Amino acid sequence: MNIKKTSLNNLHIKYGAKLVEFAGYQMPIQYKDGIIQEHKYTRSHSGIFDVSHMGQLFISGGDDLTNDLEKIFPADLKKLKTNQSKYSFLMNNKGGIQDDLIITKTSDGFLIILNAACKYNDYEVIKSKLDNQYKLNLDESLSLIALQGPEAKNVLNKVIPGCDSLKFMNGNNHVYKNEKVYITRSGYTGEDGFEISIKNSDAETFVESLIENGSKLIGLGARDTLRMEAGLCLYGNDLDNDTSPIEANLKWAIPKSRIETEFLGSEVLKNQFQSGVKKLRVGIKPDSKVIARGNTKIYNDKNQEIGKVTSGTFGPSVEHPIAMGYVDNSYSTVNTKIFLEVRGKKIPANICNLPFYKKNYVKGEINV
Amino acid sequence: MSEVKYSKEHEWIKIDGEEATIGITKHATEMLGDIVFAELPEKGSNVDKDGTAGVVESTKAASDVYTPVSGEVIDTNQMIVDDPSKINEDPEESAWFFKLKIKDKSEMDSLMSKDEYEKFAKETSA
Repeated sequence: MNIKKTSLNNLHIKYGAKLVEFAGYQMPIQYKDGIIQEHKYTRSHSGIFDVSHMGQLFISGGDDLTNDLEKIFPADLKKLKTNQSKYSFLMNNKGGIQDDLIITKTSDGFLIILNAACKYNDYEVIKSKLDNQYKLNLDESLSLIALQGPEAKNVLNKVIPGCDSLKFMNGNNHVYKNEKVYITRSGYTGEDGFEISIKNSDAETFVESLIENGSKLIGLGARDTLRMEAGLCLYGNDLDNDTSPIEANLKWAIPKSRIETEFLGSEVLKNQFQSGVKKLRVGIKPDSKVIARGNTKIYNDKNQEIGKVTSGTFGPSVEHPIAMGYVDNSYSTVNTKIFLEVRGKKIPANICNLPFYKKNYVKGEINV
Repeated sequence: MSEVKYSKEHEWIKIDGEEATIGITKHATEMLGDIVFAELPEKGSNVDKDGTAGVVESTKAASDVYTPVSGEVIDTNQMIVDDPSKINEDPEESAWFFKLKIKDKSEMDSLMSKDEYEKFAKETSA
């Protein structure tokens, strides 16, 4: 299979990116400054992320679309206002997560942002569950750019005036160079920020203008450390087909109004709501400087295996190793002492609250 | 007079008589990215040529550090444990990893000169 390139590929090379293959795309893992500087620049100023490899699925047509999509997703789509976004899941019949995604209600339907590695499968699953009256468009003529950090609103407002009035998890149409762009206030870093859906042919000049206004390109490496500090899950690491949203400690994303109703995986989920789950996703803070990465085994003080780490790194802003993973439910309480097996040694650690880094999202009114 | 040689695992080794100082090359640090953790062998322990003698971790991944020759560990550099970013800053001088009392000098024969290593590094990273 040919490796795909996003519309920003030349720009990545121009700014000195180290390119790697990720989900079938050639993507920047880091630029010249390196992961730690890029991470810190996003937290202190603003960072630009090429997330064009992610899927932008537009679904429209038919009066029953909202009803029919609720048979798939556990989100309260009837209550969703136009331009409002919700985090949700595409589950399988066993209640496992096939993908985690963001659904936004648009003027004529819904826009669903999908993980790059899952998007083609998601498309097939969703298409097979809907009847033919609906139009599904996994639009690859659009790029997706995330701008994240405390300066994001000032930088973006200079390039596209008026976007700073958006509220968190809300979107709207804006205009850039006489072309329509769709902007949502959202992200994956624990910072305030935006995601801009823009025509492929305009993406490069748009990003250059963000750079001219003080922002910097940030690679997937820093994207990963930023999301881990923010306690956010990465599909394929922290979420998968054998893990339910309840086990993933993402119960908050399933509205009460939907628990008794039907959607993909609803039977299993309803049982889990009633009877609880055996494993639970938790935050993990090692006592020492040792980093426990994905697949590190977790033990209790009696040397019994109780779970495994799914993501772990050094957190550049918290200046300490951080991890998340799944443990037997009885060990999921904050401050429970656990042991991580790293290179044959048992490293003491504690279950801790997520996120590691406090969020700074803009809610309600515009913050000044 | 001291002599510096290089291994295929991207370690450098500086020989002073019976003693050797070992670290990782600048090229290695560039491949690793920002180093955030370093683990060193224990003072007094014996390490074998091409065996694991430490670990470095970047934000991305962990990598073993190998010893290019066998010997007894006579000193380790606590500075890089306390502040692993020093390895990125000055990998081939102040950010050395450990010192050995060399067991068998003939083990040096298979190592590369600076020119040979630079050629090797260029070819393997291309």
